[in-house]
Amino acid sequence: MTITASRGGLAATRRGAGTSRRGAAPRRGDGRPGALWAVPALLYFALFAVVPMALVVALSFCRWNGLGSPHWAGTANWSRLFHDPQLGQSLRLSVLLTVVTWCVQTLICLPLGVWCAGHQRGRAVLSTLFFVPLLMSSAAVALLFSALLDPNFGLAHTLGPWLGVKDGNFIGDPHLALWTVMAVITWQFVPFHTLLYQAAARQVPVQLYEAATIDGAGRWRQFLSITLPQLRNTVVTSSVLILVGSLTYFDIVLILTNGGPGTSTRILPLHMYLTGFSSFDMGYASVLAVLLLVAGTALSLLVVRVTGFRRMTSQREGL
Amino acid sequence: MSSRTLSTVEPAVRGPRPAPGRARRRGTGHLYRRPDWLGGLGAAVWLAVVAVPLYYVLASSLRDKSDYLDAGPLSLPHHVVLSNYRTVLDSGFATYLWNSVLVTLCTVALVLALALPAAYAIVRSRSRFVSLGFSVMLMGLAIPAQATIVPVYLLITRLHIYDTLTAIVLPTAAFSLPMAILVLTSTMRDIPGELYEAMTVDGADATHTLRALVLPLTRPGLVTVGVYTALGAWNGFIFPLVLTQSDARRTVTLGLWNYQGQQGGINVPATMAAVVLSLLPLLAAYLFGRRHLLSGLTAGFGK
Repeated sequence: MTITASRGGLAATRRGAGTSRRGAAPRRGDGRPGALWAVPALLYFALFAVVPMALVVALSFCRWNGLGSPHWAGTANWSRLFHDPQLGQSLRLSVLLTVVTWCVQTLICLPLGVWCAGHQRGRAVLSTLFFVPLLMSSAAVALLFSALLDPNFGLAHTLGPWLGVKDGNFIGDPHLALWTVMAVITWQFVPFHTLLYQAAARQVPVQLYEAATIDGAGRWRQFLSITLPQLRNTVVTSSVLILVGSLTYFDIVLILTNGGPGTSTRILPLHMYLTGFSSFDMGYASVLAVLLLVAGTALSLLVVRVTGFRRMTSQREGL
Repeated sequence: MSSRTLSTVEPAVRGPRPAPGRARRRGTGHLYRRPDWLGGLGAAVWLAVVAVPLYYVLASSLRDKSDYLDAGPLSLPHHVVLSNYRTVLDSGFATYLWNSVLVTLCTVALVLALALPAAYAIVRSRSRFVSLGFSVMLMGLAIPAQATIVPVYLLITRLHIYDTLTAIVLPTAAFSLPMAILVLTSTMRDIPGELYEAMTVDGADATHTLRALVLPLTRPGLVTVGVYTALGAWNGFIFPLVLTQSDARRTVTLGLWNYQGQQGGINVPATMAAVVLSLLPLLAAYLFGRRHLLSGLTAGFGK
């Protein structure tokens, strides 16, 4: 309604103004924007995102300490890759972190999101609280949990003995630190993925549930046969985000453990950061960054390919 | 297997089945009206997991340091005090907050200014160059920004803007662009083609169509992009960390980290007050514009 009205008004004003402007600048025939409109954004993106991606490959063949100019170093950095005692552990930790956080987050977020999408009383209030953590920066989350996990004064002191950790030192134990980090990461990112699933579950056509109810399908059966298939796109989206995101969990680990105790939480992104900006070995850090780029692209392509995201047909035909 | 599941639940379904007409009026969602005990229990558990740390931040920030050490982390504060907030603000946190406000506003403005015309061109232009550019942008969605930090650092030092707020804004905006353009193009695609045609018939050029037709109808998308970009800019960590060094250029996230370093983890109440302060602007926005914010966060990932 509003649109139609304003269109009429526009047409009138435009016709009035048109004659005078037409003389000043010849207008384009079809009223479509030219390619020039996209140029600023593309140039900008190229300068600050595409050029760095190319540069990171170039820098991986250079020696550079962060000051002065990079010097050509040939394949020296790349051959170091095979002699880096830290790399194996960092890769293993990263893979473990990725797999575990993906499993745990998906298992929590999917049902929670579907539940949040329902209509029962009190859900709105609860959902409001559920999503607060996604407003917090990684720095804030890390600070909050390093206080909570303090073995002397934090909650860990009380909770530790209950969970079989007598001194409550979750974060200082080399065997527990990575799992603790995973728990904190899960706490931080579950709200976001729950939100994705909630939004998607709300879009499932209610007719499907009506038909299923008439056919006598129970809640569990409806969840398996309607909700899950309908959420397939969202599972893919959420998985891509978790998998790619797990390559960037860097700030939270830096603040919580700084890779420690020892090197027991030195995951690949953190290894890259510390190599570059703590040891000022930018060349080798670039090698690690290239690994991260390749891993990120490969992971998202893999998920999309395996799940057949691209050749998917509509699940809503006939509705 | 499936038939067994079906037959066991069947009797339960027959009883309180809601009238279909009523359910349809309530919109999409589950038809099942029986209370979902299992789901409720799971949600309650997660509620505790979320609420306890949040309560802890707030309660700790409002109590004395000695009260915190004596009474344990989860007890109610003896006396509610605001002195922790004063301590934090006096230690330079106000500057960090202001820097973050500047960075966030500039990033949002830059992203909107770049993304709006680009999205318009992607939706309406027939140029092959534009669609190619769009594909490149979409690939940017899967790129971890961290992986480009070394060359970005090189770039920023070569542009002689190291240790300025501009140095934070430029790459932050660049990595927010793909999502912004994705959201805006999907909003603009929803505008019916007849409206564009009507504008053309009326003799409107591209600029006029953008101003009079696209802009008003894309407002929800613009809000979404603004929210999403602002959240990312406010909470950004790696770009401020690597691209600035002086205290006067610190943003809130770095300030938090720095504050914890200064305190050595000793003054927990003050650190928690700093956390609350860093969250406060977003929390205010969340309480007033929850709908926009939440739909904004998921908008880019719909179909």
